Amino acid sequence: MTSRSRFHLNRQGRAAHVFLIPWQLGFLLVTAVPLLASLYLAFTNYDILNAPEWTGLENFQRMIHDDQFWASVRVTLIYVLVSVPLQLAFALLLALILDRGLKGLAFYRSAFYLPSLLGSSVAIAILWREIFGDDGLINKGLALVGIHGESWLQNPRTALATLIVLNVWTFGSPMVIFLAGLRQIPDELYEAARVDGAGVIKQFRHVTVPLLTPIIFFNLILQTIGAFQTFTQAHIVSGGTGGPANSTLFYTLYVYQQGFVAFDMGYASALAWVLMVAIAVVTALHFLVSKYWVFYGDN
Amino acid sequence: MTRLKHAGLLVFVAVMIYPLVWMVVSAFKPPEQILTEPGLIPKDLTFENFKEGWHALNRPFSAFFVNSLVVTLASIAGNLFSCSLTAYALARLQFRMRRTYFAITLASVMLPFHVLVIPQYIFFSQLGLVNTYWPLLIPKFLATDAFFVFLMVQFIRTLPRELDRAAWIDGAGPFLTFWYVVLPLMRPALVTTTIFTFIWTWNDFFVPLIYLTRTRVFTVPVALNSMVDSETQSGVGMLFAMSLLSLIPILIFFAVAQKYLIRGIATTGLK
Repeated sequence: MTSRSRFHLNRQGRAAHVFLIPWQLGFLLVTAVPLLASLYLAFTNYDILNAPEWTGLENFQRMIHDDQFWASVRVTLIYVLVSVPLQLAFALLLALILDRGLKGLAFYRSAFYLPSLLGSSVAIAILWREIFGDDGLINKGLALVGIHGESWLQNPRTALATLIVLNVWTFGSPMVIFLAGLRQIPDELYEAARVDGAGVIKQFRHVTVPLLTPIIFFNLILQTIGAFQTFTQAHIVSGGTGGPANSTLFYTLYVYQQGFVAFDMGYASALAWVLMVAIAVVTALHFLVSKYWVFYGDN
Repeated sequence: MTRLKHAGLLVFVAVMIYPLVWMVVSAFKPPEQILTEPGLIPKDLTFENFKEGWHALNRPFSAFFVNSLVVTLASIAGNLFSCSLTAYALARLQFRMRRTYFAITLASVMLPFHVLVIPQYIFFSQLGLVNTYWPLLIPKFLATDAFFVFLMVQFIRTLPRELDRAAWIDGAGPFLTFWYVVLPLMRPALVTTTIFTFIWTWNDFFVPLIYLTRTRVFTVPVALNSMVDSETQSGVGMLFAMSLLSLIPILIFFAVAQKYLIRGIATTGLK
């Protein structure tokens, strides 16, 4: 190495430290220290007014006997397991219909994307309250065909379903990603398949699906992680209670209630760490299983 | 066949968009007709909902719009500043720990915010910063939205290195190279970051809900939430009117930046 280029490297190293001052501060103060602090708090009893008191595994033992905790786990898992596959199915279906030079693509794409853009807002959650309420849009529609509907939000059996519908309604953003993925598939592959006598269905099964698996995988990871952290909609629709009968008590809503309503910050930290580990495990499992179904074209 | 396809798609679009249209129409209906007359064509048009809703809380809604705008614009500035500096160093400069830093950035994209929020809250409340915007803004100026760092790193990597070298040979150091060569070329990545920071910050509810408890500092989503809490039958109209207004900045942004937005999602998977 010449002295001149070593000089450049030193200069780059020094410059890098200056460029990275915000990031390093942020990593330390906003991420690393809080992460460790909440790990510590998870083993304490802490109400923000008095000093944290070490209680060992008590918070975690409390979870085992906490009905609300299990209710929130159940609600969140049902939500993730039902709404994410449904949302992705709609996204993929619509992307396939819109693919390959359909006229008006830009219009349809924007129309279907609009709900994704607005879906996480308080305003749309408010709209949902009125749509599925006692005298809401849905029941008015049912009344036209002679069915008398009750409030969908006050019935513990249907309240979660309304939020699943809300998440499925926002299929536009994975759809746009699918559309981009479909465009990457070379026409020659379809032609080759046709020459070999493959019909539309066989082309779909043997060309489209395998080449799209990396995109499906990407969407699956992204939407799953997002669904685990749903908060706004559940908070607004249930007025912050997670009701009726805990049927919309999403996990993050329960963390919020414990931490910022009951100010039981030790327990809330323990709950948050369980969520983080759960998301990490699910993501790791997705990656492990992906070896068996995601096709990267080089094997 | 294609005609059938279009007919089917248009029906589906209508079903998807119907709730939004209903919201718009309802905002202009007298409150007592919103739930009794679900049709799209209002019998009577009124601006009463907007007038009442605007003053439903003890401050006019204009105050909340100004608050939201301040927070949103400052967040955009923070993300553009801190993420571009970080991304340039990670993508172009040689230093020890480069790979480690990049790996940390990637990993923190997946970190759920809830695991950080409690200590952050304790920290900011001990500094007396509850009911100010600092807890919302400081993280943005410290490059903690890792997704944007990642996005910008990926973008810088597609720029030809010869440009940096040429500037280097002309005697420009890392700072001048960043400012005059790389930053102007990064425009698409900066636009994407701006758009998504705008949408996310404007819609953000969880963080403002925790830190902003006084009406004076409410952002629009928190203000809407507190209107919900005090909702009565006649309040439905006001809620619709104010909800509709709260979406307008996003709709305008969507109309103006649609091209970039769709490209941004397609390449990064952002929502």
